[in-house]
Amino acid sequence: MAYEEFGLTEGDFYSRNFQKGMREDTMILNLGPQHPATHGVLRVIVELDGEYVIRAEPVIGYLHRMHEKMAEGRTITQYLPNMGRVDYGHALGWNGALVGAVERLAGFEVPERAEYIRVITTELNRITSHLLWWGAFTLDLGAITPIMYAFDDREQMLDILQMATGSRLTHSSFRFGGVCTDLSDRFIETCKAFVPHMRDRLPMYRGLVTDNVILRKRLEGVGIFDADLCRRYGASGPVVRGSGIDYDVRRAEPYSVYDRFDWKVPVYPAGDSMARYLVRMDEMEQSLNIIEQALASLPAGKIMMPKAPKVTWALPKGESYFATEGARGKVGVHLVSDGGKFPYKIKLRSPCYCNLSAFAEAARGLLLADALAILGSLDLVIPEIDR
Amino acid sequence: MYSIINSIPTELIHIVIGLVAIMAFVGIHVLVLVYAERKGAGHIQRRPGPFEVGPHGILQPLADAGKLIGKQLLRPDHADPILYWMAPVLAVFPVLLLFVPMPFGPVVTVQEVNLGLLLILAFSGISVLSTLLAGWASNNKFGLLGAARAVSQSVAYEIPLLLTVLCIAFQYGSLNLSTIVEAQGSWPWQWNIVCQPLAFLIFLACAFAETNRAPFDLPEAESELTAGFHTEYSGMGFGMFFMAEYANMVVVSGVCTALFLGGWKGPGIDGVWWFMIKVYALLGLFIWVRWTYPRVRFDQLLNINWKWLLPLATLNLLGTIFFMKIF
Repeated sequence: MAYEEFGLTEGDFYSRNFQKGMREDTMILNLGPQHPATHGVLRVIVELDGEYVIRAEPVIGYLHRMHEKMAEGRTITQYLPNMGRVDYGHALGWNGALVGAVERLAGFEVPERAEYIRVITTELNRITSHLLWWGAFTLDLGAITPIMYAFDDREQMLDILQMATGSRLTHSSFRFGGVCTDLSDRFIETCKAFVPHMRDRLPMYRGLVTDNVILRKRLEGVGIFDADLCRRYGASGPVVRGSGIDYDVRRAEPYSVYDRFDWKVPVYPAGDSMARYLVRMDEMEQSLNIIEQALASLPAGKIMMPKAPKVTWALPKGESYFATEGARGKVGVHLVSDGGKFPYKIKLRSPCYCNLSAFAEAARGLLLADALAILGSLDLVIPEIDR
Repeated sequence: MYSIINSIPTELIHIVIGLVAIMAFVGIHVLVLVYAERKGAGHIQRRPGPFEVGPHGILQPLADAGKLIGKQLLRPDHADPILYWMAPVLAVFPVLLLFVPMPFGPVVTVQEVNLGLLLILAFSGISVLSTLLAGWASNNKFGLLGAARAVSQSVAYEIPLLLTVLCIAFQYGSLNLSTIVEAQGSWPWQWNIVCQPLAFLIFLACAFAETNRAPFDLPEAESELTAGFHTEYSGMGFGMFFMAEYANMVVVSGVCTALFLGGWKGPGIDGVWWFMIKVYALLGLFIWVRWTYPRVRFDQLLNINWKWLLPLATLNLLGTIFFMKIF
C-alpha cells in the first residue's frame, strides 16, 4: 500500500518471485530474517492456507562473509582461523577438514598423539554442539527450561576445551601437521572425570524431555525426510541417519584414528523429527565412548611433525578434497592450488546448505508450528550455510 | 454537604470502594506474581532469578513496571488507531469486574451476587474480544494468526469449562459463589474436589487454555508467532496485556478455589488466609507447569478439547444430574 504510493513495488526480489502463482485465498508470511525460531538470520517465506504451509522457500545470504573468496587473498596458514568462524557450533570439525585437505595435498605425516588430540577435542566439540542444538530445539518447541540444563553441561565442556584449544567458541587449535598445544595433565584429569558425569546426565535428559508426551506428540511422524529425499538433496549427518541411511564419514571414509575405537553409528529408520532428535542424543553417548577410549589409549610422542610449515608457506601445486563428519553432517573442503603463495580456490561443502534445501519439500502441507519444528530438527547454523 | 453524601445510595459507595480495593489488589498481586514467576523460573532453571534490584531482587517487578511505563507507545502506520488502543484497555477492565463476586472470606466480598458464577463466565468472555481486536487492529500477520488462534482456543475451551462449572451449580442449586463455599466443609475431604475430581481436572485444563498459559500459550507462541497477538504493542500497551494475563490467572485460581477447594474454609480458623493460600498454591502450579512443559501444537490443542475434554465434561455433567435426581 504505502510502497505503491512511493512508486515502489512491494517486497524484494524473493518475495515478488514467490508471489507468482500465488493462490487467491492464501497469505504470504515472511519468517525472519529476525524471527526467533530461525536462530540467526535465515529468512523463510511461507505461503499459508490458514495455518497450513502450502509452499516454503528459504532465502539465504543474510550472513554471507565471503569465506571462500577470502582464501584467495591470503596464505593457507593465515586462512586457517577462518574455519572456526564458518560454523561456530562445531568449529573443530571444520578445522579438521581444512587441515586434512592441506595435509593430503602436501603429503604431511601427522604424529599419532596429535591425531588423538584432534579426535578428543573434535568429539568434545561435537557434544557441545549437540547440547546447544538440544537446548535451542526444545526452545523452539516452547520448553524454555532445558536450554539452561544444556548450557550447564556445555559450560563445563567449554572450560575443558579451553584448556586444550585456548578458546571457547571459535576453536582453532589444529595446525598443518599437528596441533598447536599438547594436552595438559589437568585436561586429561578433568576430561576423564567429566565423561562419566555427562553419561549420568543423558538419562536425565531422556527422562525430563525425550520421554515427555507433549514432545513426542510434537515430533513423532512430523516432517518425514525419506531416504530418497535425502539422497536427492545431498543431505548428510544426523538428518540422513535419522532417515535410515547408515552414512557417517567417520565410518564410511575413515580418517584420522576413528577406526581404532569401538563405537556405533546410531541410525533410526523413521525419518521424522523424532528420529533426528534421537540420533543426536545417541551420538552424544557415542562421542563420550570415543573420548573415553582415546583418553585411555593416548600415545606419547610429539604433537607436531618436524619441519612444520611457516605462515608464508606456499601450498604445492595440485588439488585435494577432504571430508570430515561435522556435528551437522559432511563437512568438505576442496582445495585447489596453482603453486602460488595463495590457494587458487577453496570450496567449502556446507552440510546445512544441503539439509536446508530439503526443508522446502518436507514442510509442504504441514502446520506452521511443525514446519518450524522441522527447521529446528535440522540443526541449522546460518553462518555455515552462507559461508 | 451532609445531605449530598446522604443522597448517594450506599450500594454505590460500597461498589466504588470495592472497585478501588480490587484495583489495588490486582496491582499488588500482579507485582507479586511477576516476582514469583521470575523467581520460580529461575529456580526451576537452576539460576537465582532476579537478584540485583533490592534484596533478592524483590524490587524487580517495580523496576519492570517503571520501565514499561517509561517506554514510548508506538503504533504501526497501518494499524487502526481506535481499535488498536482499545484492545489493551478492554483486556484489563473486564478482569477487574470479575473480582466483584469473588468470595475472599465470609464477609470479604465486594458484592455478593446471586448469579456470581454467571457474571464471571460472561465477563471473562470479553478478554477474547480484546485479544481478537489486538491481533486484528495491529495489522500484522503474526498478530492476526495469534488472534485467530486465541479465538478458536478460547471459544472451544469455554464449553467444557462451563459444563464443569454447571456440575457444581447443579449440585448446590446455586450460582452464588459464597453459597457454594458455605456448603463445603472445613476439611479437605469435605471439599468438592473429592466428589468431583474429574470436573476439577477438566476445569484446570481449561483454565490453562483460557489464560493462555503454557503449554497452551498458542496465541503468543513466541517461537512460532514472535509474540502472537501483542507483537506490535510496546510499553504499557504490552504491559496491560501482561497485567490482564496475570489478573486472569488470579481470577481463575480464585474461582477454582471457591468451586473445588473449599474457598475460605480450611482446617483451623476459616478466613481470607485460607483462600489466598489456596489461590497461591494454584498459581504456583501454573508457574511450575509453564517452565516445565513444551507447547502443544494447535490441532492437538483443539483435539484435546473436542475429543476428550468436551465428551468427558458432558458425561460428568450427566452423571452429576443422574446422582442429584436419584439421591
